[in-house]
Amino acid sequence: MRKYTPKENVQAKAKYTDRFWVAPQVPRNPVEEDEYFAGVLAAVKEAVEVLDAYIEIGQLVIHIRPEQNIEALRTLKEECGYAMCSELSAVDYLAQDGEFEIFYQLLNLKEAKRVRVLTRIKEDQGIESIVPLYAMANFAEREMYDMFGIYVNNHPYLKRILMPDDWEGHPLRKTYPLEGDEFASWYEVDKIFGKEYRDIIGPENRDPARVDRYDTQRFSRIGHEVPFGADPKSVDTTETPIEYSSEILSDYNKGPHKVLDKRK
Amino acid sequence: MAQHQVNYASSGGLPVALTTVDRLLNWGRSNSLWPLTYGLACCAIEMMASGASRFDFDRMGVIFRASPRQADVMILAGTLSKKHAEFARRLYDQMAEPKWVISMGSCANTGGMFNTYATVQGVDRIIPVDIYLPGCAPRPETLQYAMMMLQKKIRREPADMKKRKLQRFV
Ligand code: SF4
Repeated sequence: MRKYTPKENVQAKAKYTDRFWVAPQVPRNPVEEDEYFAGVLAAVKEAVEVLDAYIEIGQLVIHIRPEQNIEALRTLKEECGYAMCSELSAVDYLAQDGEFEIFYQLLNLKEAKRVRVLTRIKEDQGIESIVPLYAMANFAEREMYDMFGIYVNNHPYLKRILMPDDWEGHPLRKTYPLEGDEFASWYEVDKIFGKEYRDIIGPENRDPARVDRYDTQRFSRIGHEVPFGADPKSVDTTETPIEYSSEILSDYNKGPHKVLDKRK
Repeated sequence: MAQHQVNYASSGGLPVALTTVDRLLNWGRSNSLWPLTYGLACCAIEMMASGASRFDFDRMGVIFRASPRQADVMILAGTLSKKHAEFARRLYDQMAEPKWVISMGSCANTGGMFNTYATVQGVDRIIPVDIYLPGCAPRPETLQYAMMMLQKKIRREPADMKKRKLQRFV
């Protein structure tokens, strides 16, 4: 039987990681320490249910319920002066918790303060669009839909933004391989020439060091006389290891060595 | 006998040069290669530099044209994304024969460092390429050298387009 490899996280990882290395955790401070953020949190708490709140690297982080994202952001925008949403996207925690984490990064231009609003949704759950509050969310939510497949309810124009419209799959999910799935690897061939052309063009070469000894147009073999474009059958296929030629290369491992007593 | 010989080379003071039609056509073609103004990524910056005054592509008869209908050469300068592959092929199809293709930089040759789902792994998957130009990014001199190699190639080819097709490995 073929060995089973888990598919929930197929993204490329570092080849070597130190077993004993523990990622340092950013300290999380209670909100009461900061008078300004305590006021912001009190205002948000009046409007929606806050699941968790703390200060991380000088920014207030608020966890809320996904159904209440509009109310929470409206309170922050209209009562606390967070007029700008600088970023919005999601993080794939499907393998770990079966959930996406959606974050809204808000900026108060007058006070120079930032707040991050976090909420978690299940894979088949949608989230309400915040375009009525922040116009930038139009493109950002489209990107979130494109990259993670998260449906945004009441979005004015929910359509892929980076990938082509007829693309299959959502590339930033951890289940999506970095080099692309079957659909991705044949996308341009299928689209331009049609599926019948797959045989003629052949699969993608993902190995940059590949040498094909039967391809006599692009490669010739060291130490063999291979005419350009010769019939591959006529090419000598016996494996001969590369040897040192005493005329061209000198083998410094052989021969008498003189070891110097002291440095010259 | 010698006094009756007609000296064609100097009769009437007119210089006469003898050549073949192939050579004449190829001479014309190879010395006025007009590439399509078509940049895909960072390599396009080097392509623009080659066209500008310091490196001066114009002295080789290479003048960038803004329409595929007027262009002879397509320089694929940069990373070709899968979303864009369709349009690159359409531009190639819109160019009139005879036409040539230079694949500029590692990205266009093999996908380069972008070993990802969104990059075409070598433009030769969709377009037949005449010259592969390595480098990331190739310097303007290298692009000019590639253009000179292409000129050499054109001068070797038969001018008849039907015969030329047979020679091309797609
Ligand atoms: S080969 Fe290098 S310079 Fe050229 S497009 Fe690719 S990354 Fe950019």
